[in-house]
Amino acid sequence: MLAIFKRELKAYFVSPVGYVVLAVFLVFSGFYFSYMFSNGYPDVTFVFSQMFAITLFIVPILTMRLMSEDRRQKVDQVLLTSPVKLSSIILGKFFAALAVFALGFANTLIFQIILSFYVSLNWLIFIGNVVGMLLLGGSLIAIGLFISALTESQMVAAVGTFAISMFILMMDSLASTINISAITKAAEWISFSGRYNTFVSGVFDYSNLIFFVSVAAIFLFLAVRSLEKKRWA
Amino acid sequence: MIEVTNLSKRYGNHLAVSDVSFTVKDGEILGFLGPNGAGKSTIMNILTGYLSPTVGTVKIDGFDILESPNEAKKRIGYLPEQPPLYLDMTVKEYLCFIYDLKKVNLPKHPHIFEICRLVKIEDVYDRLIKNLSKGYRQRVGIAQALVGNPDVLILDEPTVGLDPKQIIEIRNLINHLGKTHTIILSSHILSEIQTVCERVIVINKGKLIADDTAENLSKHFSKDHSLNARIMGPSKDILKLLSSINGVSTVSCLGSKEKDSYDFNIEPVESADVRRDVFQRLAEHNWPLLGLNTNELSLEQIFLRITDESDKDEDFDIGNIKPSKEAKK
Repeated sequence: MLAIFKRELKAYFVSPVGYVVLAVFLVFSGFYFSYMFSNGYPDVTFVFSQMFAITLFIVPILTMRLMSEDRRQKVDQVLLTSPVKLSSIILGKFFAALAVFALGFANTLIFQIILSFYVSLNWLIFIGNVVGMLLLGGSLIAIGLFISALTESQMVAAVGTFAISMFILMMDSLASTINISAITKAAEWISFSGRYNTFVSGVFDYSNLIFFVSVAAIFLFLAVRSLEKKRWA
Repeated sequence: MIEVTNLSKRYGNHLAVSDVSFTVKDGEILGFLGPNGAGKSTIMNILTGYLSPTVGTVKIDGFDILESPNEAKKRIGYLPEQPPLYLDMTVKEYLCFIYDLKKVNLPKHPHIFEICRLVKIEDVYDRLIKNLSKGYRQRVGIAQALVGNPDVLILDEPTVGLDPKQIIEIRNLINHLGKTHTIILSSHILSEIQTVCERVIVINKGKLIADDTAENLSKHFSKDHSLNARIMGPSKDILKLLSSINGVSTVSCLGSKEKDSYDFNIEPVESADVRRDVFQRLAEHNWPLLGLNTNELSLEQIFLRITDESDKDEDFDIGNIKPSKEAKK
């Protein structure tokens, strides 16, 4: 698992992908921070809540080549014939993407430190924000990884993941237009933004933690199964 | 060492491998021979655990590839048809990655450098694989299979894309490795199999149709030695004369390759030696015999014959393009 993690992490930074993703994160979080700062609003929570949409756009780019490129270049033959478990292949790739994602948010720590010169801060809320962001990113990366495992084409993987991101983003507004209470309730329950905003607002609810971890686990499991299935097809 | 029993692989209605069984002993070099699309690569992919068989078992050193995959895979080095390379890595990074991936317990850098020396890629050690030529990529692929010094090497067409000098080098390398490893290699180049392998398995349309040493195969099919003769003289008269010799079943003229002379193919009836008669009768007519040689069947011809024979009694079609019945007649 460690070998694959290292290889994938490095691959992000020999191609422009890693730098582009980091740049997008830095630009937008920096913009929101300066906006927040100039309006005299001393809390990075604002940055985190605004970054929800950016995350949905950026994750497909992180995950699109994870599995599909291996298959296209037939490198999966060496991975699958080496004495490693399928799950450690998937997990190695998952954590590499998550690491790049986390790196994109490292700058919020700097924001927090800058703020700490001016006001006394509640670091627990900040930690809650970071955990919420990692959980959101983790579950989206798992979804993207699974979609990438289904296809040989990076583009198909990216578009597929992007479509799901859009759906997640629009779900709340879509649900409110439908007048059937069961659907609205279901949509509210699986609403990523609702659960994420609970974290961001400083409420650490275990059900939300379990929700995101479960989503990630389910899609990682499906990704392992899709590798396994390919051998029997 | 390698035990394969009743292996079949089905893709929908398409039977890619059909009931193949064989064993490979320790230290043996086995050649897989077959036309394109015969199922060689599929069998190799199953042996290495990349694909799962529909029916049948594969055991490497007693470990079943499906039941204890890690133990079995530890013992295999595999070079697939297309070398599985990460183009964005240097040769060094890639081989170190493979080393870590396979969790090898040998001293890392000496081991990797030893392999590079063996396959002669030291001079591209620090270059990106993306920028390497096909021949070098192929050799990095072989290097990758050697990492961890596995007992079994499975090489799918190891010399494809190499120049003649490199091909000879790789063959020598395989011969060298064969002293300490069990090797299965596939090829549709027959001379390669002939020079490297002790034993040959011929596969056609997913079926195992021959399993023997190269010499035995050659002996088995060359009972009927035909003769090639180059004779100076009038072709029609010579044809008549040769046909009248006792023990000759058919004679055909192959045309003229040298001035005033013709080449003939003489098929004797079984186990008859007609060479003396041919010489004496031609001498009586004063038609000089410029050359006479027996047609040893090369592996190439044997291969064509075996695959032809198996084509005749086939009862299924796996999608190969073949001439229609009319064209055969």
